[in-house]
Amino acid sequence: MAGGRRETGLKRAHFVEPRVAAMLLLPQLAILVLFFFIPSIRALAQAFLLADPFGTVVQFVWFDNFRSLLASADYRDSVWTTIWFTLAQNALTLAVAAVLAFATDRVVRLRSAYKMILLLPYAIAPAIAGILWAFLFNPAVGPLAHMLRMAGIAWNPNLVAGDALLLVTLAASWKHICYDYIFLVAALLAMPQSLLEAAAVDGAGPLRRFFLIALPMIGPTVFFLVVMNFVYGFFETFAIIDAVTRGGPAGATNILVYKVYQDGFVNLDLGSSAAQSVILMISAFALTLLQFRYVERKVNYDV
Amino acid sequence: MVERTRVLDVVCHLILLLGAALVCLPIYFALVAGSLTIQEVQQVPLPWLPGSQLFTNAAAAWTKGNFGRLFVNSAIVAVGITVGKIAVSMLSAFALSYFRFRWRMTAFWLIFASLMLPIEVRIVPTFESVANAALPLQWLADLAGIRVTLQWNMIDTYGGLILPLIASATATFLFRQFFLTIPEELCEAARIDGASPWRFFRSILLPLSTSNMVALAIILFLYGWNQYLWPLLFTTDKNMATAVIGLKHLIPRSDMEPAWNIAMNAALITMLPPVMVVLVLQRWLVKGLVDSSK
Repeated sequence: MAGGRRETGLKRAHFVEPRVAAMLLLPQLAILVLFFFIPSIRALAQAFLLADPFGTVVQFVWFDNFRSLLASADYRDSVWTTIWFTLAQNALTLAVAAVLAFATDRVVRLRSAYKMILLLPYAIAPAIAGILWAFLFNPAVGPLAHMLRMAGIAWNPNLVAGDALLLVTLAASWKHICYDYIFLVAALLAMPQSLLEAAAVDGAGPLRRFFLIALPMIGPTVFFLVVMNFVYGFFETFAIIDAVTRGGPAGATNILVYKVYQDGFVNLDLGSSAAQSVILMISAFALTLLQFRYVERKVNYDV
Repeated sequence: MVERTRVLDVVCHLILLLGAALVCLPIYFALVAGSLTIQEVQQVPLPWLPGSQLFTNAAAAWTKGNFGRLFVNSAIVAVGITVGKIAVSMLSAFALSYFRFRWRMTAFWLIFASLMLPIEVRIVPTFESVANAALPLQWLADLAGIRVTLQWNMIDTYGGLILPLIASATATFLFRQFFLTIPEELCEAARIDGASPWRFFRSILLPLSTSNMVALAIILFLYGWNQYLWPLLFTTDKNMATAVIGLKHLIPRSDMEPAWNIAMNAALITMLPPVMVVLVLQRWLVKGLVDSSK
């Protein structure tokens, strides 16, 4: 044991009982095979097959599903909707969270009270966040919709595409700001105070310190959060869309994840749905790789 | 705090107050709407102050939404996911970091791969897997030429609601990272004293992991309680739905009586358990979130 080659991620003092190890790993691997590997591989396989609506005749069609998918205007619209939605949500979430985090870092009194309230949306289900905002902006009864009307602004998310997209973006950001906020507060707290003090002694004001010291120091965290915001926007906003707009009006909020569900379970176009899943898998894969870069980069910044 | 700047401090407080107001606004109006009668809730504009019907509406929402049953379901699912995922991932993290065996790195990469794909991207095939969990056995039987029809339908069961959500390795990696930071001497000493792996796990690793387990348990409980897509797909029986799904059915659509007072009250009831968890265990939640990103 002592002279042996050190294996990665293995403790120096370890047990050599393969049968026990197998028993320990069995539950995890069994669940993963049943509910991760088999479904993922079947999604891959299905993406290259074409089945008739009754599922009796199945044909291997190479990339036809992808070709017809990329040729469809609906799908391209959905891609653009997703891009706009995630970008807007990402920018809004991060900007608000950053302002709040820096303010929290400066105040002394009431700090934990602010934190407690700002963290609340973390507890609230995305579907419920969607419902709360849908009510506020409901054209018939919503108090905020009424205010918009009083201000002379036409508002109807049930009919106007832009309004609907704005509403789901607001709801999605409201739900996710707390996540970015937690990380930014933690990153600011971990920042060495001596650096800031030294800069202050040298005569740098709060704004200068913010742009020249604090911002570069929390860079890796911001990078991580941008990636996580994309993951959230791409995959976890399903419930918000379903609760607020159901992808409407006329597909204006039909983001990719929602379209997979619609084509798979409502329209029963399994081949197309599987091809969409595969494209989503590729984007999820890319996002995960980016996330790992954060882990590497963070090491360089550790003080 | 480096220096005192009165103006900046005031600005910071104003920003935070505004942020807190923004967080509370939707919840506050849910409270207002949830405490009005059905006539009052349809007034334009909506009153700014709560009415007197909060508890009447809560009782009405509770029976109308069948929440007595749905809360039990939500609790079983949330606790099932929490306990199941922690147990499964601690055991596998223990195996990966404390055992030397031939397929260790293979097992590691297999588990690692599951981090890549969120559950949302494979909903249709996962649904098929849950509709007949015996499918792999069926394939084996077909290969072996055995003529049997195996069927294990997990739709409308707690297993079907819980197991697919455990199939991800996030928690495994959290525990693995933590185990790697535990001093080597502990295991050396245990081995010298002749402790079995199980004894070492129970008497040393488990107590050391308590704080990680609590932090993770909070995140997983919230995750489980707030699930939407899976319960929506996996339950056809109304009695097997979860509270969030029950709430969705109370939201007035265009062809329904606009009972927003009942719906918003139900929204408050449904969010109450996770909100309580976050308020009471906030410190642990923050620790868990920040740790799980490392």
